[in-house]
Amino acid sequence: MTQSVVVQVGQCGNQIGCCFWDLALREHAAVNQKGIYDEAISSFFRNVDTRVVGDGGSISKGKICSLKARAVLIDMEEGVVNEILQGPLRDVFDSKQLITDISGSGNNWAVGHKVFGSLYQEQILEKLRKSAEHCDCLQCFFIIHSMGGGTGSGLGTFLLKLLEDEFPEVYRFVTSVYPSGEDDVITSPYNSILAMKELNEHADCVLPIDNQSLFDIISKIDLMVNSGKLGTTIKPKSLVTSSAGAVKKQHQKPFDAMNNIVANLLLNLTSSARFEGSLNMDLNEISMNLVPFPQLHYLVSSLTPLYTLADVNIPTRRLDQMFSDAFSKDHQLIRADPKHSLYLACALMVRGNVQVSDLRRNIERLKPSLQFVSWNQEGWKTSLCSVPPVGHSHSLLALANNTCVKPTFMELKERFMRLYKKKAHLHHYLQIEGMEESSFMEAVSSLSGLIEEYNQLDATKSMPVEDFPRLSIAV
Amino acid sequence: MSIVTVQLGQCGNQIGFEVFDALYTDSHCPQGLCSKRENEAYQASCKERFFSEEENGVPVARAVLVDMEPKVTNQTLSKAAQSGRWKYGQHSCFCQKQGSGNNWAYGYSVHGPRHEESIMNLIQKEVEKCDSLSGFFIIMSMAGGTGSGLGAFVTQNLQDQYSNSLKMNQIIWPYGTGEVIVQNYNSILTLSHLYRSSDALLVHENDALHKICAKLMNIKQISFSDINQVLAHQLGSVFQPAYSVEGSCHYRRNPLGDLMENLVPHPEFKMLGIRNIPQMSENSLAYSTFTWAGLLKHLRQMLISNSKMEEGIDWQVRPPLSGLPTLGKASLNRGLHFNMSIANLVILRGKDVHSADLGGFKDSALYTSWLEPINAFNVWKTQRAFSKYEKSAALVSNSQFLLKPLDMIVGKAWNMFASKAYIHQYTKFGIEEEDFLDSFTLLEQVVASYCNL
Repeated sequence: MTQSVVVQVGQCGNQIGCCFWDLALREHAAVNQKGIYDEAISSFFRNVDTRVVGDGGSISKGKICSLKARAVLIDMEEGVVNEILQGPLRDVFDSKQLITDISGSGNNWAVGHKVFGSLYQEQILEKLRKSAEHCDCLQCFFIIHSMGGGTGSGLGTFLLKLLEDEFPEVYRFVTSVYPSGEDDVITSPYNSILAMKELNEHADCVLPIDNQSLFDIISKIDLMVNSGKLGTTIKPKSLVTSSAGAVKKQHQKPFDAMNNIVANLLLNLTSSARFEGSLNMDLNEISMNLVPFPQLHYLVSSLTPLYTLADVNIPTRRLDQMFSDAFSKDHQLIRADPKHSLYLACALMVRGNVQVSDLRRNIERLKPSLQFVSWNQEGWKTSLCSVPPVGHSHSLLALANNTCVKPTFMELKERFMRLYKKKAHLHHYLQIEGMEESSFMEAVSSLSGLIEEYNQLDATKSMPVEDFPRLSIAV
Repeated sequence: MSIVTVQLGQCGNQIGFEVFDALYTDSHCPQGLCSKRENEAYQASCKERFFSEEENGVPVARAVLVDMEPKVTNQTLSKAAQSGRWKYGQHSCFCQKQGSGNNWAYGYSVHGPRHEESIMNLIQKEVEKCDSLSGFFIIMSMAGGTGSGLGAFVTQNLQDQYSNSLKMNQIIWPYGTGEVIVQNYNSILTLSHLYRSSDALLVHENDALHKICAKLMNIKQISFSDINQVLAHQLGSVFQPAYSVEGSCHYRRNPLGDLMENLVPHPEFKMLGIRNIPQMSENSLAYSTFTWAGLLKHLRQMLISNSKMEEGIDWQVRPPLSGLPTLGKASLNRGLHFNMSIANLVILRGKDVHSADLGGFKDSALYTSWLEPINAFNVWKTQRAFSKYEKSAALVSNSQFLLKPLDMIVGKAWNMFASKAYIHQYTKFGIEEEDFLDSFTLLEQVVASYCNL
């Protein structure tokens, strides 16, 4: 079994990360009744005997002593990380796995990437090496950050190049929170575009998320909860937004509900690698199946169901509803409509009491309404994990490599161009050593290239599927 | 003689468990419908083939479990041990920490060479436990990374190291509508490599097994476990002991050798399929009776019309009238396509086997012109019933039955290859475009050969 290390960068990254660790503990507590440190837990946690001073305290088997997250926390301001370290999760984090500064990046990608990058490069490498050493077989780095700010965006993407050079065989999965239209950080388009270039070149797989979509999902749930319809009591733990039963029992902070959705995304993504099932899917299979060409590695995700009603019986119709919902635009974690765009590949990761016949039935049912690229007409990757998430009897995570990401990128480019044409705020960037106008030009051109690739694929959408002439053999 | 089974990857290991379980359960089934002496001979023969024994009397499967990540093998080992009836050898398992990621190139070029020695050592140990070795039975899927890639590598190694022993690969043909997106690439790479190094490919299609579960077994929510059990049943009906000659008093000793001799007369034609009749849920079984005439009539039509099960058979399909010229190259898209056979083997188990009339299978119209029916068709029998079925018949066939599925997979893989999608994932680990082209060329040749029968 392999291990993964989470690197959370910036305010957004750390807040999401915190929710992730909270829910991860909750999930493992629910599954691991006997308190034995097993391979599933070891994928994200170390087992440490805290009585032993220094680093030699790792225990590989036997009862759980003290769990430490395989995480590196990076922020150029202290506020968020300090809060984590004083909060109920403080024991989960190894205090040596932090890198903080005081002044912050001022919502400036260049400060995060160039200034703090070079300042903290050695320290970052050291912490990463340390966390890798603690792993038996390190498979994946999960980077969590936002695109619109300075630290998550700049330092977070600086990391990617470091990881690629230092650990070339370890996958880099990036969860990136893109700025919404009403984002209050004026320079977020600059930061995002500069960060996109790095994601294009150094990430293996990117899961774009945007706050507006998360917010819409929460509104939907609230509507459901408050509708007062008879028989609609929702099991609290099943809410994709809740941390009921987790460590952080105090009153939820405003972004917590949204962050929990992302945390659940990561848990479901890794569930088939951690737990057993009749058709396992490891993390390296995600990249293999969903990335047909190296640059096209942006995956649109959706989680269903959003909650489970308290009545226990789950008729087949409800199971099928779960599959239908996964493709609806209301359930996607970015603003995207996969049904009306072109699929390059699609993965369905099912958890819980679902069998292969349910999968097949739903694929057959939904296929006609989806458009797949001509060379991948049956482009489905499926997995079945026996362990359901907390509070549910089954759940589905759909990952789509779909041209519906294009609008997000195009909008970002437009917002960028509006600012850039007027050279607004540019001096804040250009005054940083290593930044020139060409850096911006290169970043835009990288994004334009990506958009063009999606355009070309979209152009094939309505063309009839023709088979390529086969090799003819002399008999 | 004994068979050493190598179970590779998640699929191979999950199936392997069901196979050994089915073999064991059947050999200890109390409803053998034969004399005690007969039953004991059956049990002893089955045991010699598939199990060795430990001091405390618990049979140990003659198997080596290989996977590149530990979850499935751990589960398989413990499931067997928990049953209390049979188990796997303590040290028969080789696993690593990180899987092959559905990447044939990774399984073949990275895991293969890296773990060659350890895996071959394990197999050697298992071989040494056999008094005499009939050959190897390798269970693997085509769609994934370990079963397919590492499976191809191991088979090649077996050919080099045990050139005098036979190798039969049990391959799982994936569902048509994807389990794995790159399954077509993995499949063509596997098939082309196995065609060079294996002696026979016994193919099971997930789609066919799924239909059997749905239509015949009446299972509502079909799991992979159900599918694997149907498969295990079919394999058991072939591999359990049988007599080849009337009045013979010893069970056939060389299962793999006999199968190859009967079914693979020419190395260009290696793909075998199994049909089994009857197949139904236990509840239905209690209310059914069969005659050999009825069973064999259905089985023959299943062969001719390329039907995978006894329901929905197309009775319109007829063999071409003998004496008339054949209709030229068979069109793959033609409707009423008659399934031409190269060789067939029918295995009958149960009550009154001697009364069964197999004339229908000896019709020369069923076979290609270059083999006389007397050489192309064989039958094995035993009075000992199989797995609660009073009468059961299995057909192992080397025929055109896989022509269409093979052609489809090659077509889909070719379309994907033409767009170069996913190729970078393979070239990363040393499988270049030429290797793909070689595989395509070999398989187009196989398709053409089967087409022109």
